[in-house]
Amino acid sequence: MTMIFGIPLQAFLGQLLVGLINGSFYAMLSLGLAIIFGLLRVINFAHGAQYMLGAFVGYLLLVHFGVGYWPALLIVPIVVGITGIIIERLALSKLYDIDPLYGLLFTFGLALVIEGIFRYYFGVSGNPYSVPELLAGGTNLGFMFLPNYRGWVVVASLAVCLGTWFAIEKTKLGAYLRAATENPRLVQAFGVNVPLLLTLTYGLGSALAGLAGILAAPVYQVSPLMGSNLIIVVFAVVVVGGMGSIMGAIVTGYMLGLAEGLTKVFYPEASNIVIFVIMAIVLLVRPAGLFGKDA
Amino acid sequence: MAEMTLSDARVKASARLEWVLIAIGIVALLAAPFFIYPIFMMKMLCFALFACAFNLLLGYTGLLSFGHAAFFGGAAYFTAHAVKVWGLPPEIGILIGVIGAAILGLIMGFFAIRRQGIYFAMITLALAQMFFFFCVQAAFTGGEDGIQGVPRGMLFGLVDLHKEFNIYYFVLVVFLLGVFAIWRIVNSPFGMILRSIRENENRAISLGYSVANYKLAAFVMSAALSGLAGSLKAIIFQFATLTDVAWQMSGEVILMTLLGGIGTMVGPIIGAGLVVGLQNSLATSDFPVTIATGLIFMVCVLIFRRGIVGELYARVLNPSGSDKG
Repeated sequence: MTMIFGIPLQAFLGQLLVGLINGSFYAMLSLGLAIIFGLLRVINFAHGAQYMLGAFVGYLLLVHFGVGYWPALLIVPIVVGITGIIIERLALSKLYDIDPLYGLLFTFGLALVIEGIFRYYFGVSGNPYSVPELLAGGTNLGFMFLPNYRGWVVVASLAVCLGTWFAIEKTKLGAYLRAATENPRLVQAFGVNVPLLLTLTYGLGSALAGLAGILAAPVYQVSPLMGSNLIIVVFAVVVVGGMGSIMGAIVTGYMLGLAEGLTKVFYPEASNIVIFVIMAIVLLVRPAGLFGKDA
Repeated sequence: MAEMTLSDARVKASARLEWVLIAIGIVALLAAPFFIYPIFMMKMLCFALFACAFNLLLGYTGLLSFGHAAFFGGAAYFTAHAVKVWGLPPEIGILIGVIGAAILGLIMGFFAIRRQGIYFAMITLALAQMFFFFCVQAAFTGGEDGIQGVPRGMLFGLVDLHKEFNIYYFVLVVFLLGVFAIWRIVNSPFGMILRSIRENENRAISLGYSVANYKLAAFVMSAALSGLAGSLKAIIFQFATLTDVAWQMSGEVILMTLLGGIGTMVGPIIGAGLVVGLQNSLATSDFPVTIATGLIFMVCVLIFRRGIVGELYARVLNPSGSDKG
């Protein structure tokens, strides 16, 4: 058997793949956080809860309405996005003029409520969501066995991340968004409806979290707690990347996922703290984050 | 984060009001164990001290830490281990807990103060989560089981803490000393510098204060006092578990402070009393505590940012309601 650094190649690549999958979710979630923070100056603590909500909406669609994975992939982001828009209109929009920490506290409370509701009705145990038929099974790549669904997650998340990056950096709406990030009052004076832009941005960020949730449903179990543990890691990712750039958030997400996968190969005990250790090191050498402008 | 800028006269009036509340409070606390289940009262006192220690950082330095569970729960582990495994008397066990929490605070603070505002909150949260994972895996914490059956022991070899009244008054004394220490810190020249950092950090820097050092000092003090609360909890309940180091605990202490009134001396105490009371009453019902906690958070942030005591001050001191708030 081929060995690499004393580890069987199969195991090595397997963990790398797990790292890449995790990294896909880190990237999608930190991307959403960065977009929301860029314009709203709110750290969306509820991002993890919205990710969980996405997975649960998909699960409930399947169990109660027989709606399968592919339609859910479209319906879930819309549903989660709309809840985001409602939340922004009813509450977050009232908090823009005060210290941004209140936005963090509000979304923290929101996350507790969403999570509490799902825990109340579904308990803490996970519910399986089966892989769609089209992507069942796996492919033998010669050097390793790749479950098709996992390959799809990596491709889909890359497409989502790059698509979002393209929409923000290269389209007219994206240009408005970037302009409003720099100077909202001036953009408003030019006749752009900034409050609407804020609402849509929060909706988009929430929809991204929901989409990540439904993508994650067949990989991890659908459980009320799936978001809260993830969101803290994603915060660390965001600190490492700095929230200044969209591409930075994406790249950092994948990088840290891979770093985590590698750690699982060589020193499994440290695998769930390695991202925090990297965060601490980055804070020492480059406090603003790898891609960040100083906050 | 403080929203009130009180004039001198109002500060004096607010101080008078505080003294009245404090006097009533102490009498009530002395009499409490005759009327209320002492364990419940002690739990309240622990969390009240924890919230006051947290408020030292949030209310008076303007730093929102999302990682204070690490100090509270960490100290509980240290004390429980020292008392149970090493067989040390409770006072030494508590001292070890406090020192341990202070060292943790020094390490976490060292990293966290490199960023401000929202990043500070995220960094403290991440570092505390790292400590949580450490506690899950480390041998001395007992993993999922925690440390059970911690003996309360004899305080200074004289007082048997297994008797409910003895331990209650011991906890009360420690609580009062802890709150007094916080009050002294806040009202010292050092505390004034902390407030100036809260109000305008750049100005404090330009005036020549090494803001980073002051922030770190405040962080360590807050961590040590939070540790004191955690150590007490380990002695009272005779166990230390992962619950106390989990991020939910960091959220709880924020809620207590926010609900009672950020930047007030008695606010966090009242907030802690209410939250613990609420948890107690919901424990027997079907309604999940997290939903209640989350709802209070949202309501506080949306319409009640000054908290109960903060609102009270605003009403009493400024009945016309012209405070720009």
